[in-house]
Amino acid sequence: MPLTKKQNFLFIILLLVMVFLFLVNISLGSVSIPLKEVVNGLLSQKMSKESWEIILWNFRFPKAITAILVGIGLSMSGLLMQTLFRNPLAGPYVLGLSSGASLGVAFIILGTGFLPTFISSFFLSNYGLVLASSLGSFLVLMAVLLVSQKLKDTMAILIVGLMFGSFTSAIVSVLSYFTSAEKLQKFTFWSMGRISNLSWNEISLLSLFVLIGIGISFMVIKPLNALLLGEKYAQSIGINYKKTRFLIIMATSILAGSITAFAGPIAFIGLAVPHMAKLLFQTSNHFVLFWSTLLLGAIVMLCCDTIAQVPGNDITLPINAITSVIGAPVVIWLLVRKRRF
Amino acid sequence: MSEQNFTIQTSNLSIGYKSKSETITIAQNINLDLEKGKLIALIGENGIGKSTLLKTLTGIIPPLKGEVTLLHKPLQSYKPLDLAQELSIVLTEKLPPSNLTVYEIISLGRQPYTNWLGTLSEEDTIKIEEAISLTEIQHLVHKKHDEISDGQLQIALIARALAQDTSIIILDEPTTHLDLVHKATLLKLLQKLTHETGKTILYSTHDIDLAIQMTDEMIVFTPTQIVQDQPCNLIQTGIFNTLFDTEHLTFDATIGKFKIK
Repeated sequence: MPLTKKQNFLFIILLLVMVFLFLVNISLGSVSIPLKEVVNGLLSQKMSKESWEIILWNFRFPKAITAILVGIGLSMSGLLMQTLFRNPLAGPYVLGLSSGASLGVAFIILGTGFLPTFISSFFLSNYGLVLASSLGSFLVLMAVLLVSQKLKDTMAILIVGLMFGSFTSAIVSVLSYFTSAEKLQKFTFWSMGRISNLSWNEISLLSLFVLIGIGISFMVIKPLNALLLGEKYAQSIGINYKKTRFLIIMATSILAGSITAFAGPIAFIGLAVPHMAKLLFQTSNHFVLFWSTLLLGAIVMLCCDTIAQVPGNDITLPINAITSVIGAPVVIWLLVRKRRF
Repeated sequence: MSEQNFTIQTSNLSIGYKSKSETITIAQNINLDLEKGKLIALIGENGIGKSTLLKTLTGIIPPLKGEVTLLHKPLQSYKPLDLAQELSIVLTEKLPPSNLTVYEIISLGRQPYTNWLGTLSEEDTIKIEEAISLTEIQHLVHKKHDEISDGQLQIALIARALAQDTSIIILDEPTTHLDLVHKATLLKLLQKLTHETGKTILYSTHDIDLAIQMTDEMIVFTPTQIVQDQPCNLIQTGIFNTLFDTEHLTFDATIGKFKIK
């Protein structure tokens, strides 16, 4: 269906908000750079203070890019899961995908002490981390999928996700009991979420994975719309369900896995953002939801990160705390309002 | 009548479920001929296998033995997309929660014909409008699917099947949640559609007296046999008395209704 005037208008507004927040995000932090200087710096690479240039290019700009990648990737995987599981509460964090990824990372950071150095150094590299966390989230998603086919009850799926969360934290506590304090600290910092201090190498690797995941998502827009009628109707209008499900699972595990590997398990973005998109655009058409989820994902993550930096102050809050503070009430509000999802 | 007029035929069909350890046969030797432009009801006791038969006819589960032919080709040889252009379904189960409007639901029926992004062409829009006017739901199209009543949703889902532009529509107990007025409206609509569009419509139901009055043919599923014939012929054979294995009910052929003894 063609976009309505209202939807077009909303898209333009969201785009402008995103650009604005991108600039604000770069401008604010422990040292604030005037917005005008940020624009100058980004466009002409010339700023009035050299220290600002260093801050801009080495810290703020990569961080803002990471925030956008994390925001769009997690939100997209949430949208895919909500439609696939026909469950409004599905999301990478709630379904335990992030827990699965954590488990993978925990094994690597905490468990490699048991391995010879030359093997552990491979696993501790970025590729090893991405591999382990993608594998972890993929395994959890497969398990959730298996349960969802045995039990038609959507609540059961959420409980399975919850159980994986407890399971992971149990394994992690066992691992941390045997590991060194230094490694434990590394893991704890990772688990609080971090989107700053990623090197350009890491960022390009992350963008590659996010791009692949988003690309696959774009390919399944039509089947996703068919799935809104339920699995049987979807098949009756010519959708290859097995293939579609495979593509959706691939996309979500790549997105959730790679993002969790680099940025830690970031809560609630994947669950809350698709709902914001559905509420704002009042539609279930995935062609509209695809773009609105991307825009809103970037906006929300930039917003959360700006708050986490505590502008004008030296401290930085863990990003996970901010996303939970914003995300958890959204979920409760959704449940209480019993909205159409 | 010529052979060309048949849309679905079965020959020596056995239906049931096959698992690794065992095969459960629900019924065998089923020979049905569904004709173009006919409204056909499938009746039978709860749990006798009506759904299994419908699932086999729609290709969701494979036949245990025998064959289902759709437009003179084996059903199993159809690719999902080709099948979607010949056969559409309407189910009883509720739709998953979403923001879908009635218009969007109907337009999803065009998916077998649209490009990879699902963009509607001019022809698609025409077919959707046709489906809407045939089912007379113009006043509902902009409503969300959970804002309308069960009866209205059933009709919207039938409109979706019409937009899919198939030669056969199969409905699983479409009258279940409806009151008598809406049952009658829905069956009148199905009757009109078969006669105006030449589609074959097969539906399963428990409203036997309504089916006797409204359908061209009935398929009666009893524990011992499966018979297809015109309602008046079926009454004469007295098959309705064998339909339920109980002494509490008897079929009164003069008024075409069941009575409690």
